[in-house]
Amino acid sequence: MITQWFFSHVDRRGGIVITLLVAIAVLVPLSNLLLPATSPFHVPTYLVSLIGKYLTYAMLAVALDLVWGFCGILSLGHGAFFALGGYAMGMYLMRQIGARGVYADPVLPDFMVFLNWKELPWFWYGFDSFWFAALMVLLVPGVLAFGFGWLAFRSRVTGVYLSIITQALTYALLLAFFRNDMGFGGNNGLTDFKDILGFNIQADITRSLLFATTALFLALAVFVTSFIVRSKLGKVLVGVRDAESRMRFLGYRVDRFKLFVWTVSAMMAGVAGALYVPQVGIINPSEFEPANSIEAVIWVAVGGRGTIIGPIIGAVLVNFGKTYFTAAFPEIWLFALGALFIVVTLFLPKGILGLYGTWKSKWTDRTARNRDAVLPPVAAVRSGHTPIPEPQAAE
Amino acid sequence: MKAQDTLLYLDGVSVSFDGFRAIYNLSLVLQSGEMRAIIGPNGAGKTTMMDIITGKTRPDTGDVYFNGEVDLTKHDEAEIALLGIGRKFQKPTVFESHTVEDNLVLALSGPRSAFSTLFHRQSKDEAERIREILDTIRLHDKRDWLAANLSHGQKQWLEIGMLLAQDPKLLLVDEPVAGMTDAETAETAKLLREIAKTRSVLVVEHDMHFVRELDVKVTCLHEGTVLAEGSLDFVSNDQRVIEVYLGR
Repeated sequence: MITQWFFSHVDRRGGIVITLLVAIAVLVPLSNLLLPATSPFHVPTYLVSLIGKYLTYAMLAVALDLVWGFCGILSLGHGAFFALGGYAMGMYLMRQIGARGVYADPVLPDFMVFLNWKELPWFWYGFDSFWFAALMVLLVPGVLAFGFGWLAFRSRVTGVYLSIITQALTYALLLAFFRNDMGFGGNNGLTDFKDILGFNIQADITRSLLFATTALFLALAVFVTSFIVRSKLGKVLVGVRDAESRMRFLGYRVDRFKLFVWTVSAMMAGVAGALYVPQVGIINPSEFEPANSIEAVIWVAVGGRGTIIGPIIGAVLVNFGKTYFTAAFPEIWLFALGALFIVVTLFLPKGILGLYGTWKSKWTDRTARNRDAVLPPVAAVRSGHTPIPEPQAAE
Repeated sequence: MKAQDTLLYLDGVSVSFDGFRAIYNLSLVLQSGEMRAIIGPNGAGKTTMMDIITGKTRPDTGDVYFNGEVDLTKHDEAEIALLGIGRKFQKPTVFESHTVEDNLVLALSGPRSAFSTLFHRQSKDEAERIREILDTIRLHDKRDWLAANLSHGQKQWLEIGMLLAQDPKLLLVDEPVAGMTDAETAETAKLLREIAKTRSVLVVEHDMHFVRELDVKVTCLHEGTVLAEGSLDFVSNDQRVIEVYLGR
């Protein structure tokens, strides 16, 4: 009954991805914790955290694709929602340090003692509770996105203008979080975390559990995205993407649909950021850098926008490339990234998944024509009247 | 005439863009159940008039009433569409990456809020209406085609089907037969006359053969105002109309 409901809202690809994610959520921790380090199937802890980080990026990419690929809103500031979710989680982790900090203040985080603050600012209240912090992970990006979207979409700001103000949004937050008197640790951000929900954040088991949680949340994000884009609302979103004013003349309040999907997407990005921070062990204002948001756009473009699994493939591949290149040839990474974006824009407008689709239809086309060729009577009759069509690139 | 007894009532409407007077002192009345053809040379203000009725453009002065009581200048595009005014554009605008059927699903009258569409499930009644419309516009065998792959004429028909699915009281149809073959044009005239039995229709068209086939009252616009109104023969014998069309 539940499985039936579940599978009625995802397509075959989505089902495969969700199954795979659930499988690695179980298998990777098991292999890390139970297999001896000498076993070829052992996944070392550094790799668990690295893949865990990729998966949080993949979740950001899924969130971005929901608004860009399916509704045509190109956000160049989605990193802001990711970072805000990360800061909410970071504040919880800071409060968990307690008296174990360098200055051993039971309440104030180290940076506040250093800046001579006497008491906790009001906006840090409640972050000693995990559930309050978890709620803020959703609410802070959600409320910001709602307010921003309400103003922007109601005034019909679209296209490149919207992209520019999303970029301005993340840049403004970058500058604000750099300031020491904002109360978020300024330039250094939040770090030196000790434990999460009572588990030592450095321990292998915690790392494995964080990995498993990330994989499961990514699976949930894939499901939510599938649910939205396969519903009638998803058809409305694609309609808005392709012919916004036509949608208005059909009686749809386009601004409200955009606002809904924009807010959902921001909350998804916030969750991704919250899962990112405990795995990398730090959150600082550089996460608000406009370049990060643009990189996320590249992941989606490379994987294939307007598809559900494309962004996951793009995020994992590009970041794997980044890890490799920045270690092997650090000075050419940015050139490689730029070249990748140009190549994808010019030659692969539908990304890697689009390439796969083209190959597949070419192959079916060829097999279909081969099959026709082995039926002599039909082929003879046909070739007598009509020329054999040239192979065409699939649309 | 009073606005109360009419379906569409425009009185003294004017609008200019950067000093260009697109519509000047335009008055037009459409009765419930009436079909009207609007003719006029390029730049006469036909499309701007439709923009005003559908809320895309706000008039500088003048009254625009629907159903005798609703002030259309106070509503936006989506609200006006929900009041029961459907519009077909000059260039066919269908949703190209949706199938023919999904185009109709989107147009079908029904709840339009984000949450009702998120949890929407197609009812038997809706499926039946879509089947009927597919029959009417003769696209039944292409229901699973992407709209992008339809021919120009088929896109025009799909758009008319979408208008039917909206179930409006008033249809605004902008140049429905532009780019159609003679056979398609004749079919379209038949289809519009069929539609006009149950709703009011306002057709903008250049093609005089088509207007003659519609066989309805004609309004000729020129420089944003009404030049002549009456039967096609009456209007086409008007000296000023001849001047406007043949040049001075």
